[in-house]
Amino acid sequence: MTLRSRLLPYLLLAPSVAFLAALFLVPLVQTISLSFMEDGTPSLANYSRMVSDINFGPAVRNTFLLVLTVVPIQIVMALAMAMMLQKLPRGRDVALWIWTIPLGISDLAAGLVWLAILQDRGYLNSALYGLGLIDGPTAWLTYETPVALFLGVVVAEVWRATAIVLVILVAGLQLIPKEYKEAAEVFGARPWTIFTRITLPLLKPSLQTALILRTVLAFEVFAVVYAIGGTNFPVLVGEAYNWQRNYQNTGVAAAYAMLIVVISLAATVVFLWALRTKPEQQP
Amino acid sequence: MIALRRTVYIAGIVALCAWVLVPIYFIALGAFGGRIGVFRWPKSIWPGDTSLAAMQLFLQVEGVGQAMVNSVIAAAITMALSIALGAPAGYALARFTFPGQNAYRLLILLTRAFPLAILALPLTVAFIRIGLYDTAFGVALIHTALALPFAALVSASLFQAIPRELEEAAWVFGCTRLQAFMKVVLPLALPGIAATAIFAFVISWNEVFAASVLTVRNRTLTAYLLTVLAESPLHFRFAGGFLLIVPSIVFIFAVRKYLFAMWGIANR
Repeated sequence: MTLRSRLLPYLLLAPSVAFLAALFLVPLVQTISLSFMEDGTPSLANYSRMVSDINFGPAVRNTFLLVLTVVPIQIVMALAMAMMLQKLPRGRDVALWIWTIPLGISDLAAGLVWLAILQDRGYLNSALYGLGLIDGPTAWLTYETPVALFLGVVVAEVWRATAIVLVILVAGLQLIPKEYKEAAEVFGARPWTIFTRITLPLLKPSLQTALILRTVLAFEVFAVVYAIGGTNFPVLVGEAYNWQRNYQNTGVAAAYAMLIVVISLAATVVFLWALRTKPEQQP
Repeated sequence: MIALRRTVYIAGIVALCAWVLVPIYFIALGAFGGRIGVFRWPKSIWPGDTSLAAMQLFLQVEGVGQAMVNSVIAAAITMALSIALGAPAGYALARFTFPGQNAYRLLILLTRAFPLAILALPLTVAFIRIGLYDTAFGVALIHTALALPFAALVSASLFQAIPRELEEAAWVFGCTRLQAFMKVVLPLALPGIAATAIFAFVISWNEVFAASVLTVRNRTLTAYLLTVLAESPLHFRFAGGFLLIVPSIVFIFAVRKYLFAMWGIANR
């Protein structure tokens, strides 16, 4: 091999590496230092301001509650949808396309979509009124109705982001060789046994990817909440946004960003460990 | 018994389709219903007094048109940059084995594990210093950091799917490496690369946090909507939300063939 062709891959990678270094690694380091700085000297002041803010506790609690509610629902729902698709004799492409539409919808738009349904004079209340369950326009998305507000955010997030889990799982299902299932059928295994003993274990890498991706993104939840509940439902990224945009305090915003990173990384490590596939289990 | 199970099964599929589509239909009604439509009680699920006037009014509000233009500019730059930087990297990953390959893949995966806030905050400071703050180009740069890893991994899998033999045959017939790439590989990869580019466009079009933090006057549509959210009337918000959704649906339809090739492989 000539020197030129040995250098070629590096030349091809160089522009993207330079770009990612400038726009990813450098800001990452800067955020870390921003969060630990106060007036140019190292300090933990940003973190103590973050922790003592009245919105901090609710933001942490709300974010975790959301992730712990939304992600499991999405995994189960996407798994069910993926299995349904496999059995569909006709119209598979149409169903799949419709189910993946939310993939292109932003979190802000998704929040606004559900606002149209959940607002005081929205479609949900109209339906409840039609059924005789309420007397007139009722507010669900206010400070006084935290449970309803939380459920509204959950519904919007599930509506928007289940598609990505579905796509990852469907792609994973396509990689499972048919022979395993056929062999199990020959031995008289029932559909449920095939699902739990063959499909699920072989789907582990895809489940892991989906879980990591969704958990990391769910900790970044922000615009959906803002669109539906305004500031009535504090979340971590929303607080970072507030400190940056409204209070002009990059230090505290950076502290929030660091907290989110630490939580996301911890979740990633947990999923990598909990769902590790031993070499002998691979198909 | 079998007929009943089949009916339940089909009903489930139809219900899930409705779960996705009906909310979009409702926001469309909200977007075209205007102020009167928003306050109507109780609401009918059929289009009543909807008209284009409400949407026209929204588009004439100061800032909306400019915000849409900014969104398109930022998304177009993101699209061009992430393909220009990502596709060569993808080709390198697909065709060569070299030391450092795994390190590169790791770098790319890492970018996805970090929240956007971590990039946007210090870049605000840096962009003010170098004059990129409050420009569509600045927003596009940070969106490219989001879309580039994706473009590199997806184009790697696209190039991998094109047999190496085709390229080698071209070399035998006297093509240089570059000529072989331009004449043989690129035409075959082009539809997939176009799909990747569209996806980069959607990533930028939909991004909220960085666009809001990095702009003041030259806001993208998402940033504009987010900042006026609290004080704008409901029908205004619905019109904005609907405008955000429409291009995304069209784009997802355009790339539907590639969706699985992209996510299936890009995530392994």
